[in-house]
Amino acid sequence: MTSGAITPDLIAEHNLSSEEYDRILEILGREPNLVELGVFSAMWSEHCSYKSSRIHLKKLPTTGPRVIQGPGENAGIVDIGDGLAVAFKMESHNHPSFIEPYQGAATGVGGILRDIFTMGARPIASLDSLRFGNLDTPRMRHLVDGVVRGIAGYGNCIGIPTVGGETTFHPAYDRNILVNVMNVGVLPSHRIFRGRAEGAGNPVIYVGSKTGRDGIHGATMASEEFAGDETRQKRPTVQVGDPFTEKLLMEACLELFGMDAVVGIQDMGAAGLTSSSFEMAGRAGSGLEIDLSKVPVRETGMTPYEILLSESQERMLLVTRKDRLDTVLEVFGKWELEAVEIGRVTDSGRIVAFFEGRIVADLPAAPLSEQAPVYDRPRVPPTPILSRGWEELAEPGSYGACLRRILATENVAQKSWIWTQYDHMVGTNTVERPGGDAAVLRLKGTSKAIAIKSDVNPFFCACDPYRGAAIAVAEAARSIAATGARPLAVTDCLNFGSPERPEIMGQFEAAVRGLSDACRTLSTPVVSGNVSFYNETDGRPIPPTPTVGMVGLLEDVSRHVRMPFRREGDLVAILGQTHDELGASEFLRTIHGRDDGPCPEVDLEAERRLVELLLRLADERRLASAHDVSDGGLAVALAECAMTSGLGVDLRLAPGLRPSALLFGETTGRALVTFAPGEESSVRSAAKAAGVPFDLFGRVGGGRLVIAMEGRPLIDEPVADLQELWTTAFARSMEESAEVL
Amino acid sequence: MSAAKPRFAIVVFPGSNCDRDCHHVATELLGCDAEYVWHRDTDLKGADVVILPGGFAYGDYLRAGALARFSPVMESVTRFAMDGGPVLGICNGFQVLLEAGLLPGAVRVNRGLRYVCKDVYMRVENASTAFTRLYEPGQVVQMPVGHGEGNYTAPPETLTELEYEAGVVFRYCDETGRVTDEANPNGSTAGIAGIANREGNVVGLMPHPDRCAEGLLGNDVGRKMFESAVAALAPA
Repeated sequence: MTSGAITPDLIAEHNLSSEEYDRILEILGREPNLVELGVFSAMWSEHCSYKSSRIHLKKLPTTGPRVIQGPGENAGIVDIGDGLAVAFKMESHNHPSFIEPYQGAATGVGGILRDIFTMGARPIASLDSLRFGNLDTPRMRHLVDGVVRGIAGYGNCIGIPTVGGETTFHPAYDRNILVNVMNVGVLPSHRIFRGRAEGAGNPVIYVGSKTGRDGIHGATMASEEFAGDETRQKRPTVQVGDPFTEKLLMEACLELFGMDAVVGIQDMGAAGLTSSSFEMAGRAGSGLEIDLSKVPVRETGMTPYEILLSESQERMLLVTRKDRLDTVLEVFGKWELEAVEIGRVTDSGRIVAFFEGRIVADLPAAPLSEQAPVYDRPRVPPTPILSRGWEELAEPGSYGACLRRILATENVAQKSWIWTQYDHMVGTNTVERPGGDAAVLRLKGTSKAIAIKSDVNPFFCACDPYRGAAIAVAEAARSIAATGARPLAVTDCLNFGSPERPEIMGQFEAAVRGLSDACRTLSTPVVSGNVSFYNETDGRPIPPTPTVGMVGLLEDVSRHVRMPFRREGDLVAILGQTHDELGASEFLRTIHGRDDGPCPEVDLEAERRLVELLLRLADERRLASAHDVSDGGLAVALAECAMTSGLGVDLRLAPGLRPSALLFGETTGRALVTFAPGEESSVRSAAKAAGVPFDLFGRVGGGRLVIAMEGRPLIDEPVADLQELWTTAFARSMEESAEVL
Repeated sequence: MSAAKPRFAIVVFPGSNCDRDCHHVATELLGCDAEYVWHRDTDLKGADVVILPGGFAYGDYLRAGALARFSPVMESVTRFAMDGGPVLGICNGFQVLLEAGLLPGAVRVNRGLRYVCKDVYMRVENASTAFTRLYEPGQVVQMPVGHGEGNYTAPPETLTELEYEAGVVFRYCDETGRVTDEANPNGSTAGIAGIANREGNVVGLMPHPDRCAEGLLGNDVGRKMFESAVAALAPA
């Protein structure tokens, strides 16, 4: 075994603390060599080990009657009946995307797809949840453009539709953008594959792209904050994606899964061959012997250190049945993939890596993967941002002008500029395309459909991480229920600053508590997820951004309810109570340039009642349309229903609150519904039975959006004008130069 | 009429990604038989109709469809087409037909230099090909596009020939049927969205009839392209 001097500098370069190094010495009973140090560094990086988040994540609800696979595997799985299940997960690719937006985002898509098909599922849809900084700079527009092209370039080529997501802009993301990608796949519920290396003597197969020097220590990079001009120097740690190879890999794996040959399988994602081998052996309590000389390499002279830690994309590690090895190699051959037997499973509990006949690493599997350090880092509770006096502001002169300005902001404007670059129809399952409350995909061969949604309002989270996180879950559930689908389960992607700072850990703890409370009340367990820390540059962190991805089930796709108004003469009602809340609203930011709080209140029990009511109304086919009320408040929600249908609406608001709060406040727990006049009494009594406030206040028709109070029109705008503004504003922001803005 | 159902062959290149979508239309929606034919095979399995589906045949890093024409299956497809068999190329399948020389011209990167996925309108210019006989001449149809390279072009003499011999099958237009620049999603010459060979048995188009073949997806006008081919097989 090679042994070089492990100096304190070398340990620091590997991002390991001296306590962690002491722990390594204790586990091994000797000094590690350089290769082994690299392995520890990757496996114990924040990215792979969740060492700062683990104790908090334990508090999340992760079980339920439909949960087949909770956190800890490549993806979570829930049962949807009739022998089918859905696998889903969300992941971040924040750091790489800021350094090289196209490849960073593209490989983010590639990574999450592998997590899904590894479980035995055919991916059917992706969502992307993006956060950018101020769009006024060419640099930020370049990042937006690159990320969108990267997601499109990968997803379109492999043929998995990108069906939705959300994009928000906030100057606090100027130097740390967020790229969170979620994928959902469908599989038979009795045929799930896991990342387990079982059965001593079984062959270990490497398949996919060759291993290169790209991405070495990518996982470690994602576990550090940026400083100064570092992003340029870090470029070699960003990997390059090849969606065509991934397509071959996906089809070959899916073909193999039907052949009773695969024992265990895992993607070589972060920390590459290292994490896949250690995790597969760790989960199964087994060991592996692998010969690194057999790993196909792209470059000459690659060292064992580089081979073990490379993050080259589109590679998988499989354990197969000994007697089915020929079948496995034949299928990979058909798809023109390089597949090599690089080792075998043992019962030693150790990972032993050979290179050119020598042992270059000999480490126990479990302590690296299952017993990584766990930290209860110091934290201070977050101080909520409260009102700084917005209550004293004068009401605006023209509410119509306010609405127009809000509809044209980057956050509210329609994002067709983004989604028309994504193939959102391939697979011919997309029943509800991007732009609705949630994407809806039918499942061929059944009457079912699934609804999927990603959500978080970072402005709310900045004011109050607990409420912001709880609202993200509630809003996702409301959006899914508005389509008629029952919310089933959640995946999360928790994006925060450095965990080494007590105020960040305070935010994290509060946000996890918010997620936890909301998921419990709404019966949507968290089945998979990802934590991304160190989203800060020069000590300036992003706002807490716990992105929630939710999956819902529509038993009968014909009961699907859409957002646009449907018919002239339908009645319009609002479900839920509106409060005098303007804190953290788009209205305060856009019209008054203020980021006052407080975050709106959240009443999780009321949210649960609203979800149940929406489901009952959809099930009884009472509704013509439904739409969740969120960003921009009631006026924006009404405008969206009008602009997407071309139909106007005439409404009377009851006096009481200040008109700006009624129109633009972002009180949670509300939805807009429309129905034929003959359904009024049924809808009213269903709302009463559910304990949800019901206010009938208008009628669909004409070509204008009219909102009046006490006989005075507050807003009276032609729908066609609003539509023109809303649908073109974002493209204009992307194309205009900073000077014009 | 014979009892045998019409049979579709759906050619699968390694990077095809609309193969299963076309299979669904042929089998589930039309009730026909359909077989996948792997690009290295040469047996079209007794097909009555051949479909080249959308996707990125070989990753298409070089040029869309450029490598696919060297696949063994293309010899069989060419022979089938020469014998008058109906062949439809959709999106990437259209690009493969162009590269293979079964249809004239070429496609370039979209005018806007971006991939574009959205609904467009097209006018039916030739309603007598194997895949359009169930449409009315001049009918305006809405279909989705999804491509980065769909900007059709050809030498002037080829364009003249296409126009004179009813080779243009579909042309991008607005909702009312006017061919305008705004209605053209990719910059194609003369708004050309789809073309046919002189005999009308080989048709290629950039838009996706496979994505608008059932009401659940919002529009079923594309189904008639598949039904046209089936109708032609029925004895008069």
